[in-house]
Amino acid sequence: MTILVIAEHNNSELNAATLATITAATQLSDSVDLLIAGSGCSSVAESAARVQGVNRVALADAPEYEHQLAENITPLVVRQAGGYSHLLMSATANGKNLMPRVAALLDVAQISDIIAIESSDCFRRPIYAGNVIATVRSKDPMKIVTVRTTAFEPAVAEGGNALIDQIEASGDTGLCRWDGEEQSESSRPDLTQAEVVVSGGRGLGSAENFHLLEALADRLGAAIGASRAAVDAGFVSNDLQVGQTGKVVAPKLYIAVGISGAIQHLAGMKESKVIVAINKDEDAPIFQISDYGIVGDLFDILPALSAELERSVN
Amino acid sequence: MKVLVAVKRVVDYNIKVRPKADGSDVEIANAKMSMNPFDEIAVEEAVRMKEAGNATEVVAVSLGETACQDIVRTALAMGVDRGLLVETDERLEPLTVAKLLVAIVKREQFDLVILGKQAIDDDSNQTGQMLAALLGWPQGTFASHVLVDGDRVQVTRETDTGSQTLSFQLPGVVTSDLRLNEPRYVKLPNIMKAKKKPLEKITPAELGVDISARLEILAVAEPVQRSGGIKVSDAKELVEKLRNEARVI
Ligand SMILES: Cc1cc2nc3c(=O)[nH]c(=O)nc-3n(C[C@H](O)[C@H](O)[C@H](O)COP(=O)(O)OP(=O)(O)OC[C@H]3O[C@@H](n4cnc5c(N)ncnc54)[C@H](O)[C@@H]3O)c2cc1C
Ligand SMILES: Nc1ncnc2c1ncn2[C@@H]1O[C@H](COP(=O)(O)O)[C@@H](O)[C@H]1O
Repeated sequence: MTILVIAEHNNSELNAATLATITAATQLSDSVDLLIAGSGCSSVAESAARVQGVNRVALADAPEYEHQLAENITPLVVRQAGGYSHLLMSATANGKNLMPRVAALLDVAQISDIIAIESSDCFRRPIYAGNVIATVRSKDPMKIVTVRTTAFEPAVAEGGNALIDQIEASGDTGLCRWDGEEQSESSRPDLTQAEVVVSGGRGLGSAENFHLLEALADRLGAAIGASRAAVDAGFVSNDLQVGQTGKVVAPKLYIAVGISGAIQHLAGMKESKVIVAINKDEDAPIFQISDYGIVGDLFDILPALSAELERSVN
Repeated sequence: MKVLVAVKRVVDYNIKVRPKADGSDVEIANAKMSMNPFDEIAVEEAVRMKEAGNATEVVAVSLGETACQDIVRTALAMGVDRGLLVETDERLEPLTVAKLLVAIVKREQFDLVILGKQAIDDDSNQTGQMLAALLGWPQGTFASHVLVDGDRVQVTRETDTGSQTLSFQLPGVVTSDLRLNEPRYVKLPNIMKAKKKPLEKITPAELGVDISARLEILAVAEPVQRSGGIKVSDAKELVEKLRNEARVI
């Protein structure tokens, strides 16, 4: 059994999510290859070659892969897939966009968002917003799987010594044109990788009030997250949404502020190690899964919390 | 431009499903069923294209048991012109749904297919991408904004770091994210009118598609439950607990 992991990156750095997917791959087999498709991305291949557990890095460096368009990368993955027992990619927005396209052309029924590997053909994955965990067996000769990266430890990024193979690109399909993108700027840790996440909901009331959360996040070195209601109301940008249809996070500490605790929100954070809830409604469902709860007005509690953190450090 | 919208009948998003006692499947026998929320958004987008004069006809299709026709009727009441039901009692996987949709697209020559990004029951997030692949079409997934300009479509999509804008020549596939639009409420007179709109039934066999499953569900179980914790009285006590008891700060 040889596994092919499709790497995620921004042409300069390997995305940390890929490290967790490499761990999932090494649970299946000792023989793990990595495919990198990008443009001007040789530094990604070099760092990928140092990740422990990777045997070989296949690098396709061509302009048509610059923006990770699924239309252009799919033919490459399909061409490279021969001989592999499993294709794996992180269940990130990119992985979700690309892998089903690959799976359909290889006539494989994909298994999305796995949280555990039972055997080479059997996986566990959450369904119904994580209210139920299904154990699923694939009858396809090749398995195509996306990996929930919070469920696997990251592979060790240094110490490996894989060879890098330059492979031929597959060309531009011309099907789709990239017109631009907007990257949210933030000096905070990445939401899905952070050790501490401070999330705000509708209870914050406005975009301005999110500054109260920022003060707390600064104290804790935390990433900022949000509920769907906060994103829909325009308090923060969409890439901060945590939940069934947003990002899945599992930090050491998750602080939910003015968030009621809808099933769809819990789906994205209930694997956090310690959960704190701040809510003025003592019956809010978020308290049922919180380790520590404070019932009260967030506009009183947030400043007090920031002040207390500052005081107790000094 | 002819638009096809795929609408799935799922357990309503407000309902917390549980496994059956024998762990063979989920217990949904008496659960309230609704249109998948993402598909409502897809229908709304298609109907707006018709209202804006960009679409000539909008057709909604659902695949599954007979009761799925209720969902198609809801789409008709929202303003869709005509409905299709691909009727089967078998459990359909995203790859199978995609193959059945390919057959429908080929039968009627649609220019644009709009789907939800994800069905909230199986949480697969696959069907639209698979459909686009099988047709050799471009895909604009997780769309938060769609602009039709003649035979080109521009899609702004939600990504992990912000948003990305793509454009392509039709035919193509779009999948809807939550912020694409806010679906309208269906008014009673429109529900009455929808009853008179055409709804055709077809079978997978008539479409010539093998629907046998590739994935076997061996078991379903509840996830490990968190036990509820304690309430603390103020910020000071919280910081003390986080530092000395939980040791996470
Ligand atoms: C298909 C679908 C997908 C979805 N996906 C997601 C998802 O990925 N992520 C997600 O989060 N949601 C998702 N949702 C939405 C979800 O169902 C809820 O509507 C949403 O999570 C509610 O956000 P909220 O808790 O911020 O708002 P609310 O439910 O309105 O809760 C606000 C809370 O703030 C508290 N509050 C108000 N003022 C104060 C104050 N001054 N001090 C203290 N507390 C205060 C209130 O008591 C209340 O509990 C989805 C829904 C659907 C249908
Ligand atoms: N049985 C079905 N009937 C109609 N549409 C479906 C069906 N299954 C999936 N879809 C469409 O595909 C989208 C994504 O579903 P999935 O890939 O299962 O998450 C849904 O939002 C629907 O638009």
